[in-house]
Amino acid sequence: MKIDSDYKDGRLTVKLNGELDHHGARLAMSAINEHIDLNLPRDCVLDLSGLSFMDSSGIAVVLKTYKSMKELGGRTWVKNVPRQPMKVLNASGIERIVSISALVN
Amino acid sequence: MKESNIMKLEFPSKSCNEAFARSAAACFASQLDPTLDELGDIKTAVSEAVTNCIVHAYPDTIGKISMKARLFDDNSIEIKIKDWGRGIPNIEQARQPMFTTGGDERSGMGFTIMESFTDVLRISSKPGRGTTVTMKRRISVKEQNGR
Repeated sequence: MKIDSDYKDGRLTVKLNGELDHHGARLAMSAINEHIDLNLPRDCVLDLSGLSFMDSSGIAVVLKTYKSMKELGGRTWVKNVPRQPMKVLNASGIERIVSISALVN
Repeated sequence: MKESNIMKLEFPSKSCNEAFARSAAACFASQLDPTLDELGDIKTAVSEAVTNCIVHAYPDTIGKISMKARLFDDNSIEIKIKDWGRGIPNIEQARQPMFTTGGDERSGMGFTIMESFTDVLRISSKPGRGTTVTMKRRISVKEQNGR
């Protein structure tokens, strides 16, 4: 799991690369929380374009990010979701609380 | 329905083996000429089942996980993932979406995902003895060109 982040004008963008499974989720979550604690952003965007695979561990990562941002009164959304991770997110119904958009080729 | 091929793998419940288990199952399923989506479904279902063994069957220890896969002449695959761990006291409760005993690190969606991505899902478990998850998935038959 490789993680890139960018913080500008109150917006934290975190890009996850590789496979987001139980093995990678802990690392992803601690990196995301570290960046949130450091920057105290207004918005947090999770960019999943670099993911080649995601399972339900990724759902937990999105939910935990949403909760961390909610504590700050901030928003979270997920963008550039590839096909297989999108199928997993759809099965969870998480789009009811976090905005999700697909990767457009 | 006749069995056309079979494989069995055993590995310890280390999280670094999750990717290996997914790839091994996908590699074996490739013999049925699946689409990328079908392969993705199989990888995801296997990932959920193996993760359950690592997180729930053997929470404080490393135990054995076995994965057995069979291919059938109706172009379907059956995958059995077995552990000798803690077991599930209430399977119906465990299958409920969002139910988890794993704290806030888990989404509780593992079985729901397995159900969505396979045709048939069977779970048998005995507390203190272990759990077996059996998944079946039919792979679409592709049209042959020429002939």
